[in-house]
Amino acid sequence: MTKGKIVGLEGSFAVAEAVRMANVDVISAYPITPQTHIVERLAEMIADGELDAEFICVESEHSAMSACVGASAAGARVFTCSASQGLELMHEVLYIPSSMRLPVVAVTANRALSAPLSVWCDHSDAMAIRDIGWIQIFAENNQQAFDLTVCAYRIAEDKEVLFPAMVHIDGFYLSHVIEGVMLPDEEEVAHFIPDYEHPFVLDPEDPVSMGCYGPPFIYPEAKKAQEVDFTNTKPKIQETWDEFGETFGRYYSPVEKYKMEDANIALLTMGSSGETAMLAVDEMREEGRDVGLIRLRLWRPFPFKEFRDAVKDVELLVVLDRAISFGMGGPVCSEVKSALYDKRKDLSIVGFIGGLGGRDIPIDGFKYMVNRALEKVKMIERGEEIETEMIGIRE
Amino acid sequence: MMEICIYGRGGQGGVTLAELVAHAAIREGKYVQSMPSFGPERRGAPVLAFLRVNETERIKIRTEIAEPDVLVVLDPGLLHVGDVISRLKKEGIAVINTKKSPEEMKSDLEGVTKIAVVDAMSIAREILGLPIVNTTMIGALIKAVGLVKLESLEQPMNERFGKVAAKNIEAMRRAYEETVVR
Amino acid sequence: MSSEKKGWKDIEIGCVVTEPGSAASYKTGDWRSERPVRDNTKCIKCGICYIYCPDAAINEDEEGYFEADLYYCKGCGVCAHECPRGVITMVEEEEEEGEK
Ligand code: SF4
Ligand code: SF4
Repeated sequence: MTKGKIVGLEGSFAVAEAVRMANVDVISAYPITPQTHIVERLAEMIADGELDAEFICVESEHSAMSACVGASAAGARVFTCSASQGLELMHEVLYIPSSMRLPVVAVTANRALSAPLSVWCDHSDAMAIRDIGWIQIFAENNQQAFDLTVCAYRIAEDKEVLFPAMVHIDGFYLSHVIEGVMLPDEEEVAHFIPDYEHPFVLDPEDPVSMGCYGPPFIYPEAKKAQEVDFTNTKPKIQETWDEFGETFGRYYSPVEKYKMEDANIALLTMGSSGETAMLAVDEMREEGRDVGLIRLRLWRPFPFKEFRDAVKDVELLVVLDRAISFGMGGPVCSEVKSALYDKRKDLSIVGFIGGLGGRDIPIDGFKYMVNRALEKVKMIERGEEIETEMIGIRE
Repeated sequence: MMEICIYGRGGQGGVTLAELVAHAAIREGKYVQSMPSFGPERRGAPVLAFLRVNETERIKIRTEIAEPDVLVVLDPGLLHVGDVISRLKKEGIAVINTKKSPEEMKSDLEGVTKIAVVDAMSIAREILGLPIVNTTMIGALIKAVGLVKLESLEQPMNERFGKVAAKNIEAMRRAYEETVVR
Repeated sequence: MSSEKKGWKDIEIGCVVTEPGSAASYKTGDWRSERPVRDNTKCIKCGICYIYCPDAAINEDEEGYFEADLYYCKGCGVCAHECPRGVITMVEEEEEEGEK
């Protein structure tokens, strides 16, 4: 086992510790609730000399990501973080590092989008950026916030990856909650994420042009190359997590299973509600019900194979979305359905939307979803139209 | 697992109280979760902080505490603001900063069967010279329910308060002595 | 341009262009419908035309006079507009001269 110590840290500080141990060169970020503590802690670390990095102060998230793109193109290891409207303001620039293949690492403290104005957690911001070509990873607790941020550097900077990576931590649920986090030995972390060299950097001695103009004769080839390479990052992501597990004793995979061995019904969650869902599964197991839980750790690139494997023996899949794709239902549910289309005609999939704008989903909420899903399966069998249900809504 | 709500006003240090006890419990090898009530902070507004401590297992639940085992009340003026007292579990205990006796307090608070009282405000004013009772009330909390050793708070308080840590520790110990549990 | 015929597997990572200065091969002279013609007897060698040319197409000769490189000169007329001495006149390209 690795050396290290357990420290009480809120999720934001756990992220800041990971960024410090990754010894980043440049940080540029703009504060926004509930991400603010990450930026504050990092600024403090730089001011106190605990971290030798350049903090580029900017007037907006758009500029923060732009600064990160420039710094990364010059070969620096960079970090930024945001949430909600801030991530939306950054949106335009988010496409640049993924297309230019710059390994920027970012953390999002997931938060709802306006209006009405909400500073509380849901996954609307995360879902709004699912098509931008960033690796998207969801953490479930503060230990994972630390571990997965460390791994994000190693993954993003891998010569066979070179894509930006974003770690999603649920706003407040992780960002503001203190729990025990095992902080490993700094040297071991440094060893795990060695200095990296991008094959192309902005260097006057060896000039290249980046982010060029792409007329129709080349643009589709550029996108094909990006998509193939992006999809091919999956084995590297798993390999990195395996190696992290061997070094630090905590293992991760794109699709994580809980009590799924003989389960006929599976719940599916992402982010911090996973552990509460585990408690619901425990209670239902005690009642003699064959329910298990699947948590999607990796959202992009979508882990098709691992996901299909995880549900291969299941008859009913109950999906929780913490976001709405207006007019389409829950984005996770519709993607999960498309991942299984033509593969599992015998599997019923029932989606629910819950936990919007910081509304807690208690243990009973998960039990309700399972029971209600069973009723809905019967309705589907009777040929009735089923709409995605939003749970816990007052009439 | 013990679930504790701290009821105070924004700026009275309820969140800090939860954090300090959390750090102490971690030092004792326990599992904790300490959280503010999520959202913007407003000085003076009634606000809850939450603390869960489990001796043996990782804490998985990630919701606000609906029915606490312990309710720590930093400001007696809040007892009748909002309906927080009624959240307390039937066999739960209210730990209150008040000049009143436990008997008086009990008759004030219908339905509360266990109570711990201390005049934390006088202790804080005397020792800290400030009307801030959060660290003082840690002593009352520990007297009422155990949870952690008084010594385990020393390091977290030193880290948090530096030069003024000693006075906060003294205030906590005084409250521990003076708290009456009924 | 050299990447014109490249397949997707041959593109550099991030579509980086590795030959520096590839813009120099781009013949903006093809855009020209009028060319700048000079009467250097009026020229005071102030260099204003040189500074204003948006394509940096104007070079200075040994005597200090200026001349547009027609490989790059796109015929915008900025030099003619800015010249304080009326040295430069824009004249329509004739078909056979457009080859230059
Ligand atoms: S601007 Fe006119 S006068 Fe000045 S250098 Fe050019 S051509 Fe000559
Ligand atoms: S016409 Fe335009 S491009 Fe040509 S030399 Fe004059 S300023 Fe330059």
